[in-house]
Amino acid sequence: MNLFDILGPIMVGPSSSHTAGAVRIGYITRKLLRAEPVEITIKLHGSFAATGTGHGTDRALVAGLLGMRPDDMQIPSSLEIARSKGISVSCSTVKLRDAHPNTAMLQVKSADGRSLEVVGASLGGGRVRIESVDGLEANFSGEYPTLIVRNTDQPGHVAEVTTTLAQLKLNIATLQLYRDTRGGSAVMVIECDTPIPSQAVTWLESLPGILKVTYVNVEEA
Amino acid sequence: MAFTSIEQLEALAAQPTPLWRAIMTADAREQGLSEEESLRRMNGMWQAMRSASRDYSAAARSSSGLSGGDGQRMLDYAACGIGGEFFSQVIAEALKMGECNACMKRIVAAPTAGSCGVLPAVLIPFQQKHGTQDETMVHALYLAAAFGQVIASRACIAGAEGGCQAEVGAAAGMAAAALVFLKGGTVSAMAHACAIALGNLLGLVCDPVAGLVEVPCIKRNVIGAMAALSSADMALAGITSRIPADEVIDAMREVGDALPASLRETGRGGLAATPTGQKIARQLNLEPK
Repeated sequence: MNLFDILGPIMVGPSSSHTAGAVRIGYITRKLLRAEPVEITIKLHGSFAATGTGHGTDRALVAGLLGMRPDDMQIPSSLEIARSKGISVSCSTVKLRDAHPNTAMLQVKSADGRSLEVVGASLGGGRVRIESVDGLEANFSGEYPTLIVRNTDQPGHVAEVTTTLAQLKLNIATLQLYRDTRGGSAVMVIECDTPIPSQAVTWLESLPGILKVTYVNVEEA
Repeated sequence: MAFTSIEQLEALAAQPTPLWRAIMTADAREQGLSEEESLRRMNGMWQAMRSASRDYSAAARSSSGLSGGDGQRMLDYAACGIGGEFFSQVIAEALKMGECNACMKRIVAAPTAGSCGVLPAVLIPFQQKHGTQDETMVHALYLAAAFGQVIASRACIAGAEGGCQAEVGAAAGMAAAALVFLKGGTVSAMAHACAIALGNLLGLVCDPVAGLVEVPCIKRNVIGAMAALSSADMALAGITSRIPADEVIDAMREVGDALPASLRETGRGGLAATPTGQKIARQLNLEPK
């Protein structure tokens, strides 16, 4: 957690976890979808479920999904903006197992029919952690350029991906590996110190055994 | 490198580099920022605090109708204040900032939005009284942030996790350290001030009425600011915390873990659960689900 996570963000009130953090979860989800969603389903867990409406958590998540940052003065009117754009928004509560008290599950669809499910937790002070993407554990903050590589659980894929990054002189900050079952579906979550060029993402996606590559850089406009 | 103990900060202060600069350098390196960019950002935080205070509107009300206008009431009364005008201004500043937040205005989370009033409440009147340069105020923010970083790493800074002690308590500890810095105190005195402030607010629960960051959050910023002032003065007077700051922070975490969910930002316990608290929630149609 850096100094500006402690002092900051500059944000629209009233709650850094329930408003600013929620905007950020929505924003990262939009980046992961790589499009403006046309359909938004929000499920709130824990304290988000208990006090989310009063804090404008639903408005904040939608604001982020619309591409707003936590200091955007339009956050309070995000639901109306979504409606005027013809985006469908539904919000309910859910009980998730072993989840952080401030957790939201977002299910979104893009105009070209792609869908995405993101579970994100708001850790306080506006910081967040994306817990899972499409049901697979993810565990990243969005504070670094992040690569999420989904592959079949076979030997060699980690080497292929890290070698590609090494050739581009990209330094890895963190690397996590998860899989559902042996030989099943696996996921690598790689946080880098510098942005990853789009050619590298395309190249990785073309490798046999690599099922899907998602790249998110929250800082990029 | 993020700081994980107050001891680390005290060790760093033994170096010839001023502590605020060492803190900035360490953080800028970790984030890949230039020092100019870091300073520019921190100055941005300070200016945003000042503009939030300047743009305060006494007429603004939160959408619930529960909050607004108290900052102005306190300012109008300031000259008659029991603790003198400076104290009244600190109270007024804390209320103003808390009200701006509740009215969905732009504020600086320090460390959170709910506790956004504590640091500006002590820093803005301090600068007015002493004519301190903006540059020095920005240095004080680096100190505050580093103390906050240790609190966040050893405990937490979210009401939903640790109760209000993790928000207003953490802010008070950070503000106390910043005040000691502004008065030219040693890092050891900053550590004692932080320990005393946080220790005095240990156990503070998070019980927002109707789940809104309004009642009692806005006025709790006042007690945070008061704790910061008194703890800084005690530390500057040479009074020490018998329990070292790192251990106080660890205790805060333990107390936070022991708090039932009803007292951690769920709007189900404490003042939120009183008959009047529940009545307000019912009237606003914001009963906890």
